[in-house]
Amino acid sequence: MFADWPLLSLVVWLPIIGGAAVLLSGDKGGSEGSRRLALIISIATFVLSLGLYTNFDSATSAMQFEERFEWIGDFNIYYHLGVDGISMPLIILTTFTTILVILAGWEVIQKRASQYMAAFLIMEGLMNGVFSALDSMFFYVFWEAMLIPMFVIIGVWGGPNRVYATIKFFIYTFFGSVFMLVAMIYMYYQSGSFAILDMHNLKLGITEQTLIFFAFLAAFAVKVPMWPVHTWLPDAHVEAPTGGSVILAAIMLKIGGYGFIRFALPITPDASMSYDWLIIGMSLIAVVYIGFVALVQSDMKKLVAYSSIAHMGFVTLGLFSVYQILNNPANTDITGAVLAIEGAMVQMISHGFISGAMFLMIGVLYDRMHSREIADYGGVVNTMPIFAAFAVFFAMSNAGLPGTSGFVGEFMVILAVFKANFWIAFLAATTLILGAAYTLWMVKRVFYGEVTNEKVKALQDLNQRELLIMSILAVAVLALGLYPAPLVDVMHASVDNLLQHIAQSKLP
Amino acid sequence: MTLEMLNLSIAIPELFLLALACTVLVVDVYLKDESRNVTYVLSQIGLIITLVLISQQSPESRELAFNGLFVNDFLATVLKYSVVLLVAIVFVYSRQYLQDRNIFKGEFYVLGLFGLLGMMVMISSNHFLSMYLGLELLSLSLYAMVAFDRDNPNAAESAMKYFVLGAIASGMLLYGMSMVYGMTGSLNIVEVAVALDKMEGNNIVLIFGLVFMVIGLSFKLGAVPFHMWIPDVYHGSPTTVTSYIATAPKVAGFAMVIRLLAESMGSLQADWQGMFIIMAVLSMILGNVIAIAQTNLKRLLAYSTISHVGFIMLGLLAGNQEGYSAAMFYTLTYALMSLGGFGVIILLTRKGFEADNIDDLKGLNQRSPWFAFMMLIIVFSMAGVPPTVGFWAKLAVLKAVVNIDMLWLALVAVFFSIIGIFYYLRIVKLMYFDEAVDTNDIHCSRDMQLALSANGISVLVLGLYPAALMSICIAAFA
Repeated sequence: MFADWPLLSLVVWLPIIGGAAVLLSGDKGGSEGSRRLALIISIATFVLSLGLYTNFDSATSAMQFEERFEWIGDFNIYYHLGVDGISMPLIILTTFTTILVILAGWEVIQKRASQYMAAFLIMEGLMNGVFSALDSMFFYVFWEAMLIPMFVIIGVWGGPNRVYATIKFFIYTFFGSVFMLVAMIYMYYQSGSFAILDMHNLKLGITEQTLIFFAFLAAFAVKVPMWPVHTWLPDAHVEAPTGGSVILAAIMLKIGGYGFIRFALPITPDASMSYDWLIIGMSLIAVVYIGFVALVQSDMKKLVAYSSIAHMGFVTLGLFSVYQILNNPANTDITGAVLAIEGAMVQMISHGFISGAMFLMIGVLYDRMHSREIADYGGVVNTMPIFAAFAVFFAMSNAGLPGTSGFVGEFMVILAVFKANFWIAFLAATTLILGAAYTLWMVKRVFYGEVTNEKVKALQDLNQRELLIMSILAVAVLALGLYPAPLVDVMHASVDNLLQHIAQSKLP
Repeated sequence: MTLEMLNLSIAIPELFLLALACTVLVVDVYLKDESRNVTYVLSQIGLIITLVLISQQSPESRELAFNGLFVNDFLATVLKYSVVLLVAIVFVYSRQYLQDRNIFKGEFYVLGLFGLLGMMVMISSNHFLSMYLGLELLSLSLYAMVAFDRDNPNAAESAMKYFVLGAIASGMLLYGMSMVYGMTGSLNIVEVAVALDKMEGNNIVLIFGLVFMVIGLSFKLGAVPFHMWIPDVYHGSPTTVTSYIATAPKVAGFAMVIRLLAESMGSLQADWQGMFIIMAVLSMILGNVIAIAQTNLKRLLAYSTISHVGFIMLGLLAGNQEGYSAAMFYTLTYALMSLGGFGVIILLTRKGFEADNIDDLKGLNQRSPWFAFMMLIIVFSMAGVPPTVGFWAKLAVLKAVVNIDMLWLALVAVFFSIIGIFYYLRIVKLMYFDEAVDTNDIHCSRDMQLALSANGISVLVLGLYPAALMSICIAAFA
């Protein structure tokens, strides 16, 4: 299906152009039309992105579906798209999540609904662009442009403190990325090309590598976000509308992890090796310390936001533990390293589903009660039994229950890290306890016990639209948890190839 | 002197413009106030013909006229085309604004046309004298335009300030030129360059001359520490005049730097590069930091101009073809963004209401989603966020700086653009996140709406496809 279509261009531009159309459709005379149009466009994009999966050749690590045209000839910048096994699943995650976000905002967003829908569609296209761009400047354009719709989403449809949160979000991420821009320009003069794959083959001295590595770190660590540059995330999440939180947690954070995989590790492997202790340290702090921070939150969204930081700590931990694994004399082959990176990837996809589900759940409650405080709830299971069942399920998967997708990624990473260093693995494994503690404790306080107040008593259970969203996500979480092989298979060749770059010194 | 040496044919656009300005001046005298539109229409038609005449000129190589006073090359053609276009759009923006304030007078257009002529002479000058003549023609027109709303005390004060400081700067420039003349024995830009190439050793008088010239140029560009006039003049002038000052003269100023420093004093590049580095860094720091504290939109844009001048200087100081074309790209796109920014302010004004406070932008998205979107594009472009053209301008300049191994300068530049983003975001915040205080309908003429929309869209379109403009800028210095 669609085998000879320019699929990548379509998944990038269809939502953007469609978003513009939705924007033009306007809100005069009801927003029903723009909502429908947005839904149709998002579903069409998702179907097209499935074409990427069905036509994907998982035997090769080469870029597939490549499209390359000259864009700015004088600067050697190309319109260059292509995916491998690492970026393709992330694109499908993006197109999938966008449908849910559009559905989730269906009745809730009454203020300027067409602008809301359009912003999410444009975001979708830009994020697909980030995952598929193979020219670093093209990548950078998407990477930065993405901030504009998110800025508007949080600022217009967010909570009371939205202006502070959204400006903080923008400045933090902008701060990180401009240094990456300078690094890219520098590498352009070294390699003569802005192509990412040419940069992978670039020889750089250790000083250059270190500086470039820190420029990348500034950009990607803010996005992931890693401790100590995570502070924008709880603010942004708390103030963002439900859809904004879902996109932030499910996809935007993944872009940071993707950046490490695509840029930092293969371009500056020697610097990454010298500073892997730093990243591992920051990741462990994220896992353990942020886990404790999550435990004491009284605001549900904040709690899930902190839990996101902790879970993303696993991603960076998995990615940067490869050097320890490769350098450990006990390991004779690279299977441990492969496991670590694939674990990080699975964790990213799985966290996309689970965090999306968690924020949607909070959205369901918030739409009814207009409160995110845990203390305002209690005994919700009595009035919303179906919803409570879903909530418990997603909470379990957030805590990493075997059989759900949350377990697979974390387990793979912990297993791999054991091959590096017992104590790192030991500390990382505490997340299974902490994660269970903060998630289940929240569920207990919100859902169980006696009905605490009149408002809870008056709650209505899920409507069909919400039920549909929850069921789709539950199926996704279960499917990935029980049978992750299709996902792991498509990325296998690409991860092997990535390891070739990571393991090989780029010193001249 | 024979007519061949005059080579009048390459100066046809200027000659036509001169005739046009004089015609408009004369015709306007015989018009009644209610038929003042004739002046406007006549000027616009004249500008369109000028555009056509400029595009007829397609110099394959450098051509000289007026015995070497005047040069026409590809660079000049491109820059002239841009200034005429910019002035034509400023005229479109100005009509209703002037009518609303009862200052819809022919002199505005006459002065605007003479100023334009001055800019075109500057762009095409190959001689210190013709450069100075063009500059004075421009400056004198601008002084009068700033004071155009003569009952407004702010405008009068600004004009006074501008005139005094401008005259000093012109004097500095002239003084520097005379020193250079003393050392090289010529005022012709090409001959000065040849003489300087032959000169050996460190010549103190020459350096002094250079310093004075750089001061004069920096004043006209508005670089720190010669920026003092910018906020006051931008603030005090009628907004249409501000939009005139903020756009086309910057392009002419760029041409002046290219002609005077790059073409004639290329061999002293190491000397003026140092001064430019200091001024560029100071401009980026001061412009971005002080803009944060502004509550007046015109002053805010004035400080933002100062920071943009810092960026333009980054390109210029690279001192090679890449740097000059980057600076040219930056200048042209900056003029476009600035035009749009002031265009939006003019759009929001009405009789008795100036809309120059940043709070006047509040809730623009409710009042007019389309123009709020235009302003969004312009503001993000000024901040240098892709996919707008401002990003490519910054990229081109940064690239040029990194290529001459001044990585630290690129890092300073990006660092201060992070600080700068804050006040741009504040504008977006006011337009999109705040509730409208002023709920009056935005009413303005159809031509203004069209021009402003085209202005905003072009910032986005050039951002998506900058290649064409980029290669023009590169070809201009090939």
